[in-house]
Amino acid sequence: MKNPLKVKNLSVAYEKQEVLKNVTFEIPEGKLIGIIGPNGAGKSTLIKSILGIVPSLTGEVEIYGKPYKEQRKLIGYVPQRESVDWDFPTDVLDVVTMGRYGHLGWFKFPRHQEKKIALDCLKQVGMENFSDRQISQLSGGQQQRVFLARALAQDAQLYFMDEPFAGVDAMTEKTIISLLKHLKDQGKTVLVVHHDLNTVKEYFDWIILLNEEIIMIGETEKVFTKEYLQKTYGGKLMVFDSN
Amino acid sequence: MWSQLILDPNLRWILIGSMFLGLSSGIIGCFAYLRKQSLLGDAVAHSTLPGVALAFMFTGSRAIFGLLIGALCTSLLATFLISYITRQTRLKQDATLGVVLSIFFSIGMLLLTIIQQSSVGNQSGLDRFLFGQSASMIHSDVNTIMMISFILIITCTLFFKEFKLLCFDPEFAKELGFPVVLLDQLIMFLIVVAVVIGIQIVGVVLIVALLITPAVAARYWTDKLHIMLVISAIFGMISGATGTLISSNISNLPTGPVVVLIAVCLFVFSLLFAPKQGLIFKALSRRKVKEKNNNGLDHVARVEVKR
Repeated sequence: MKNPLKVKNLSVAYEKQEVLKNVTFEIPEGKLIGIIGPNGAGKSTLIKSILGIVPSLTGEVEIYGKPYKEQRKLIGYVPQRESVDWDFPTDVLDVVTMGRYGHLGWFKFPRHQEKKIALDCLKQVGMENFSDRQISQLSGGQQQRVFLARALAQDAQLYFMDEPFAGVDAMTEKTIISLLKHLKDQGKTVLVVHHDLNTVKEYFDWIILLNEEIIMIGETEKVFTKEYLQKTYGGKLMVFDSN
Repeated sequence: MWSQLILDPNLRWILIGSMFLGLSSGIIGCFAYLRKQSLLGDAVAHSTLPGVALAFMFTGSRAIFGLLIGALCTSLLATFLISYITRQTRLKQDATLGVVLSIFFSIGMLLLTIIQQSSVGNQSGLDRFLFGQSASMIHSDVNTIMMISFILIITCTLFFKEFKLLCFDPEFAKELGFPVVLLDQLIMFLIVVAVVIGIQIVGVVLIVALLITPAVAARYWTDKLHIMLVISAIFGMISGATGTLISSNISNLPTGPVVVLIAVCLFVFSLLFAPKQGLIFKALSRRKVKEKNNNGLDHVARVEVKR
């Protein structure tokens, strides 16, 4: 059985500045995996270059053993909330239905079947009562859940999430993490760019420590150590051991 | 007198052409506005002028088809230049737009002056392209406008979900596998086409207003994109038709300013009176909320006093 994601020699430069250097790693199936690193480490860039949103200088990406472009239908994506203008004239159900556009293909309009799937996904994030709400009227946590529902509508095996917990209330955070654990129970794999070191041990089975290049990758207990963290954050971090 | 105008078959045909132009402009204008490319539309419009002048110089005729090809060529050239300069130099898009727009427009004005001064040129009537003159259109001109408008509307309907996705979340669109760059170029191309056919009626200087104003006005009435497109099309249609009607009635009045003023009136009306988003509605709801709060406070005050 092939691993869901294999990355080889991925390098990305932005305006002549190298932001990712020769990144190579492989991840196992059915795990919640956190991507951890300081600001500017290239965490978002890593996800975006794997997904082809940002161009890379070199590198190969394999999803379940095949090149990325052939496997799009197996992938789900939750971008950062700020990447979108929430004043756009559309409602919640419409945004979630966009997650089905990949399966619909060109020109076909979403019909009852797609809207039903979208509504189901809204139920999974607890937002079914918001389906006809204009998206500008949503709070940060609600926006995040809408993006999550949209990714669920993609019906994927491998999910990429860019800071899904950033700036959300405690209630939303609980909803999101329980949903991620539910995905894991279904045998799916989730890669999450995460910023809060305090919750890493609780949330993730594996972690990738990144600072322009892979510092370490592996099971959380083995990798989330003072030594590796200092290496990743370059001494800018104060680590307090809790006994 | 007005009814006589409508009975005139030539004007009737021009009126229908203006309505179609307003309609298609309103539709593609929504995408231009949502994609934040309004200023780009203006640069495109101004850059059609040298193309119109050059086409006349080459063909020696005012036939609209040739002039439109010329307009299309220079405006596409301007679009490429703007992309190239933005990507390869430190200039940001707004500065690049200003520079390219000015260069092309100046060259166009220079060429127009040269044409006017030659003996053939005096009859060219090319200055109608600055502010538009729908009354000077002939039957075949209107046919061209209607055919192109029709294609524009069909294309926008066909690509509706793709355009919506691109305007809302281009990164997600890329991740799903849609060719974002191509779709963007398609929208850009449709904007250029709408501008080129529009310059006969509204003119180079003001066509961007017909592109954007109905879309902005429509936004006040709805939160759903497909309804916004319909309302914008209707507003565009009303502006185009009414502008043509009025300017044909008054000799020497260019059509462009009239069309734009009508579009602006519709916008101001929307700004003030639209339910939920209009200023008057918002002021009334604020007052209602204030009254409610004050009543509540009075109740509290009375309880305190009793004790």
